[in-house]
Amino acid sequence: MSTATTSRTAARLDELAGTGRAALVGYLPVGFPDVARSVEAVTTMVDAGVDVVEIGVPYTDPVMDGPVIQRAAEAALAAGARVRDVLTVVEAVAEHSGGTVPALVMSYYNPVLRYGVEAFARDLAAAGGAGMITPDLIPDEAAEWSAAADELGLDKVYLVAPSSTAERLHLTARASRGFVYAASTMGVTGTRESVGLAAEELVTATRSAGADHVCVGLGVSTGEQAAEVGRYADGVIVGSALVRTLLSDDPWTDRLDALGRVTGELAAGVARARTTGGDS
Amino acid sequence: MPEQPEQPVRDALTETLADQVAEKLADVHGPYFGQFGGRYVPEALIAALDELEAEFRKAQGDPGFAAELSRLHRDYTGRPSPLTEVPRFAAHIAGPGDDGAAPVRVFLKREDLNHTGSHKINNVLGQALLVKRMGKTRVIAETGAGQHGVATATAAALLGLECVVYMGEEDTRRQALNVARMELLGATVVPVTVGTRTLKDAINEALRDWVTNVDHTHYLLGTVTGPHPFPEMVREFHRIIGEEAREQMLERVGRLPDVVAACVGGGSNALGLFNAFLDDDGVALYGFEAGGEGIESGRHAARFSGGAPGVLHGARSYLLQDDDGQTRPSHSVSAGLDYPSVGPAHSWLHDIGRAAYEPVTDAEAMEAFQLLCRTEGIIPAIESAHALAGVLRVGRRIVEDGGSDQVLLVNLSGRGDKDVATAARWFGLLDGDATEGDQ
Repeated sequence: MSTATTSRTAARLDELAGTGRAALVGYLPVGFPDVARSVEAVTTMVDAGVDVVEIGVPYTDPVMDGPVIQRAAEAALAAGARVRDVLTVVEAVAEHSGGTVPALVMSYYNPVLRYGVEAFARDLAAAGGAGMITPDLIPDEAAEWSAAADELGLDKVYLVAPSSTAERLHLTARASRGFVYAASTMGVTGTRESVGLAAEELVTATRSAGADHVCVGLGVSTGEQAAEVGRYADGVIVGSALVRTLLSDDPWTDRLDALGRVTGELAAGVARARTTGGDS
Repeated sequence: MPEQPEQPVRDALTETLADQVAEKLADVHGPYFGQFGGRYVPEALIAALDELEAEFRKAQGDPGFAAELSRLHRDYTGRPSPLTEVPRFAAHIAGPGDDGAAPVRVFLKREDLNHTGSHKINNVLGQALLVKRMGKTRVIAETGAGQHGVATATAAALLGLECVVYMGEEDTRRQALNVARMELLGATVVPVTVGTRTLKDAINEALRDWVTNVDHTHYLLGTVTGPHPFPEMVREFHRIIGEEAREQMLERVGRLPDVVAACVGGGSNALGLFNAFLDDDGVALYGFEAGGEGIESGRHAARFSGGAPGVLHGARSYLLQDDDGQTRPSHSVSAGLDYPSVGPAHSWLHDIGRAAYEPVTDAEAMEAFQLLCRTEGIIPAIESAHALAGVLRVGRRIVEDGGSDQVLLVNLSGRGDKDVATAARWFGLLDGDATEGDQ
């Protein structure tokens, strides 16, 4: 809890809170449709108003992901995406944004374990990365990653869920740096009709458990939903809705346009969240 | 429990067993088996895993639970399963010596004679009773060959639970009869069309379902893999295999076997059998994994010969993976062994040297399959045929080294009804047999 001040992501969230709004956190996987174009996509997303970037490492067995992200990950792997490519994108974000946009890696544990946890942390820090989100690594199993991240001042973003007990919320809040990722509903990534009441309750409970910053993910896909979540959360995390714009058969530039447009709508939603009572 | 004499294998283990020093190998608890095991799952599942472990511990201390499970074992499954000596099969290891006595005797533990045709029912009944105690109304399961899916559908019908089984699309075709069997029992079978469309992807889909519906759904995992408490709990539900076999061997032969062998996919039938012998130094333990078309072909499911420690489906264990930690597809003629990882307890037994794991190729397994059919009138599951092939190999090795008066125990984990079509194709028994269109 006391380490939050050393986190670049947390500093960015504080800065945005000072201007009266939550952060828009945008996810895209590296290597879809190939590494070069995934760099274009991420920078497009940054230019269109994303405040924090989350770059996914494609994995063969993504149990926390729904069909949209699964499809992109499968295609990225088929196109030859490697774990080290994520560092290329991290570097590109740092360069493109002049270091103002924190870049977090989102990875299932085995690719990082195989790379070498310490080596990955070192290379991520060297590339200018802010830290890592770990969907299948809970603090209880994260001694190795935690030690490496602490050494290098990297963010450790763990998840909490509506099913988490108070005890687990405390444990996770204590172990996290940067922010705590609150899963809005029980389920996997993907778009949903609405972001349930459970999300706001979970954010409140996670803050009570000691978390300084809590961002909400899973199921946010529209500007309206972003406005609703941005009212109470420190950040609004969007993945599938962005990835979906890149999955069409349209020409690449049209897909980038669509990505920019959806990002812009989400950014507008976040921007108006706390000025109009939240539901626009 | 009787005090165990100091054993050399235990001395080597002092460090890995730091928290478990007071235990016998057979009683080691999760979440860790040496450096293996753990709970590498989304936080959303932790509450359910905690609840499951608490319910399981409570049931372990409840004589009522044990009595109910025993009653089902006896009246429903048909336990104890018999022990069958197979001398005509054993003669293919070595003929009689000068004194006319067979140098090697082979015994089969007949889990194939259980209701639903394999050992899987032991675990399924145990977990299904826990589901009732937890007040959940829906079970989901993964299945490869269909044995675990059929067993789960059976227990769900028996106890009035809703049942959904995830099965790779590839496997629904390989095992169409088992799909029908599950549906007859009232289960919904969902073909999985993502990834490699086999067992590993069925588990991914089951985990996604579980994360979404965990409040009323139990994931009835079918083997000794997955996050804690599954590896330990499933071992406990299968330990009856080894306990019965140990007693039957003592009664029949008057001593413990020299070799105990089983096939290893996830590893539940092997662990269930091994467990009763882990603390008997004189008993050599062998696990046989699917060598597929041979290790050098790259098309196999031999995690110990061709894999390295990693994390998949909630546990750290040996794993088929590439340099990037991506899971490599496995291959085996037997759907039940076609899985890229293995139960963490096996990885631990491997690393401490308590059990030996060797690959058996498709061809070796099918040869042993045919041999058991023709010498003993028993059609084994192709999974179990891997153990039979392994024991032929180990037996011949022992005899070559001058061993005699050897007793070998093999787990016949399942029967081969489900594999008749595969075997008929393999041996070219079908009219107009084509090698295509059968996958």
